[in-house]
Amino acid sequence: MTSALIQQLIDGMAALMLLVSFALLAQHRLLSVLHWFATQGVLLAVTAAIVGYGSHNHELYISALLTLLLKGVLLPWLLWRVIKRLHVHREVEPLVNMPITMLIALLVTLFSFHLIQPIERTSVLLTRDSMAIATACVLLGMLMMITRKKAVTQVVGFLAVENSLFFAAIGSTNGMPLVVEIGVAFDVLIAALIFGLFFFQIRETFDSLEVDIMQSHLLKQEDDE
Amino acid sequence: MSAMLAMLLAPLLGGGVLALVRDTRLAARINVVTGIATFAGSLWLALLVLRRAHDLTVLGIWFHLDAYNAFLIVLTAFVGMTTAIFSGPYMLNEHAHGRVGDGRMRLYHAMFQLFLFGMLLGFTSNNVGVLWVSLELSTLATVMLVSLYRTPASIAAAWKYFILCGMGIALALFGTVLLFFASSSVLGHGNEALSWTLLRAHAAALDPTVMTIAFCFLMVGYGTKVGLAPMHAWLPDAHGEGPTPVSAVLSGLLLNLALYALVRMKMLVDGATGGNMAGELMMGFGMLSLFVAALSLHKQQDIKRMFSFSSIEHMGLMTFAFGIGSHLASVAAMLHMTVHSLVKSGIFFTVGHAAQAMGTQKMSKIRGLIRHHPGIGWGLLIGTMAIAGFPPFGVFTSEFLLFTAALESNPWTTIPLLAGLLIAMAGLLRYVQPMVYGEVAPQAKSVRVNMIPVYIHLGLALLLGIAIPGALAGWYEQAANLLAVGAIR
Repeated sequence: MTSALIQQLIDGMAALMLLVSFALLAQHRLLSVLHWFATQGVLLAVTAAIVGYGSHNHELYISALLTLLLKGVLLPWLLWRVIKRLHVHREVEPLVNMPITMLIALLVTLFSFHLIQPIERTSVLLTRDSMAIATACVLLGMLMMITRKKAVTQVVGFLAVENSLFFAAIGSTNGMPLVVEIGVAFDVLIAALIFGLFFFQIRETFDSLEVDIMQSHLLKQEDDE
Repeated sequence: MSAMLAMLLAPLLGGGVLALVRDTRLAARINVVTGIATFAGSLWLALLVLRRAHDLTVLGIWFHLDAYNAFLIVLTAFVGMTTAIFSGPYMLNEHAHGRVGDGRMRLYHAMFQLFLFGMLLGFTSNNVGVLWVSLELSTLATVMLVSLYRTPASIAAAWKYFILCGMGIALALFGTVLLFFASSSVLGHGNEALSWTLLRAHAAALDPTVMTIAFCFLMVGYGTKVGLAPMHAWLPDAHGEGPTPVSAVLSGLLLNLALYALVRMKMLVDGATGGNMAGELMMGFGMLSLFVAALSLHKQQDIKRMFSFSSIEHMGLMTFAFGIGSHLASVAAMLHMTVHSLVKSGIFFTVGHAAQAMGTQKMSKIRGLIRHHPGIGWGLLIGTMAIAGFPPFGVFTSEFLLFTAALESNPWTTIPLLAGLLIAMAGLLRYVQPMVYGEVAPQAKSVRVNMIPVYIHLGLALLLGIAIPGALAGWYEQAANLLAVGAIR
């Protein structure tokens, strides 16, 4: 493959990443949120493999494999099991309604392109165009975290941010050194396990997975005093 | 090198063993022994750094020791050790009252050591990526510790801590990615491009625009972990709901690591931009935190929450001092870091005993501590005096140095600084006075108390206020020189 083709492929993947980030925000059902999350993980792995091929950086194949297993399969499956076990596969309840969320998401994307423009000019890598999109995806993940009520959707938002960060790392720098990459993956795995534990504890203690109810316990305690 | 391995392996192995030990008393003892071993290792390491009198890079480019992190390593290992000593009888008390079961005691001890391992790895690491990983590791370990009691409030607090700090630390990772982006064009695509020593040497060649944007992300990211306002919302909840030894190490140690990371990043950005953008940003956040915390102190009802706001206040002061960046300010900030860790963890030990003796954390129900148990009462009173900045304790010295530095560089800032400190002091004394004096509250009961760690901590803070040992002063000097190179004055 020529480098022009690879360049176009990577740009295409970046566009898909952005699309998936929007799709994640727009879902009404929890199960479809998980589907899109798994799609994002697979996309990420494919991107890592393409960049690895294009830049002759073979460490990236290991990252790609790790990503595919962890983010494409294991984490979505874990979350899916939690949803099944706790019977929460209902509607996603947004704090802000969907059209407005989408408008905010658009503005966030524009802002990231504006922010990253001066940086992109300094890069000579194949993948420099994807930087702005990666930034946009990070911010969209955060938007998801703050506009959703359920703990599960918050976690998906958190993991989507983590995905976008990984994308930023491949996109802007052809991937961080392997040691760091593995360290980060390890941390994400532990975090996901803790999240899983928490879901059950939260469910047990609060009889609900909504963040409002949890926070109200903290506030109530303050009022009692 | 063997000193370093000994120090890093002790908590890791200890944690592994503790995850398996079922006997709670034995586990508490192993915890203390591990703490002592770690402290011994750190002292050995510090001696090596001191004797060579120059920086030490161990195992290729992976670990780095200089004056700036050597004293923090000793401090961390020391507070870790005394906390282990304190936590023995304290957690056995909690265990006896049925607040924590057998399995969770095991979890507690294992996570405590894992947390210390993460801290020490973060301080010694030369790789800014590994620094991030270890900070995240410590965070995850403490999340498990904060939710230890499994009460609704503690789970909610742990969740809030997890999500907010997860978010913050994700932003810091993004900043690190940008940093790598800037450095990989200079140092090549490998581990060298994340090595702090090499980055520092080539700082001038890094792209200033990228570094500026990277620092903004790092500031907000690591700033969340430092507990700077307005990202501080997790801190009072995590401190208030977790077990007391955890509050002590959170306040005394974890916040330090985050600030340490931020300052290391600032040094790189200063070198790249040649300006003081990073410093000004830190001064702004520091000042804001000081005020938010000082005012919030007055509205508190829970004793641990109140002291956690005092931690935010002091972290704000340190961030402000590092932001000024002059030689004197850096010395002040590092001295303040040391004494704040000692005094604040000492206070949390005392508060833990007080809460156990009175059966509550609500300040309105804690009364007459001096009459009930003079050790706790006087410990709390003297600790509060020390943290509020009364002479002759070390906090007074460092705050005095900070004021002198602020007067030299930005004279107008001394007025809001002084106002913030006075408001905070008023808040502390307002609540502590009725708690220590007067009649004993009716529900008070006698508990096993171990005040020796508190006395040691306060004694050291007193010593640092009267005369700083030559070796330590030398380190502060060296570290301040290191920090002041980039800052333009």
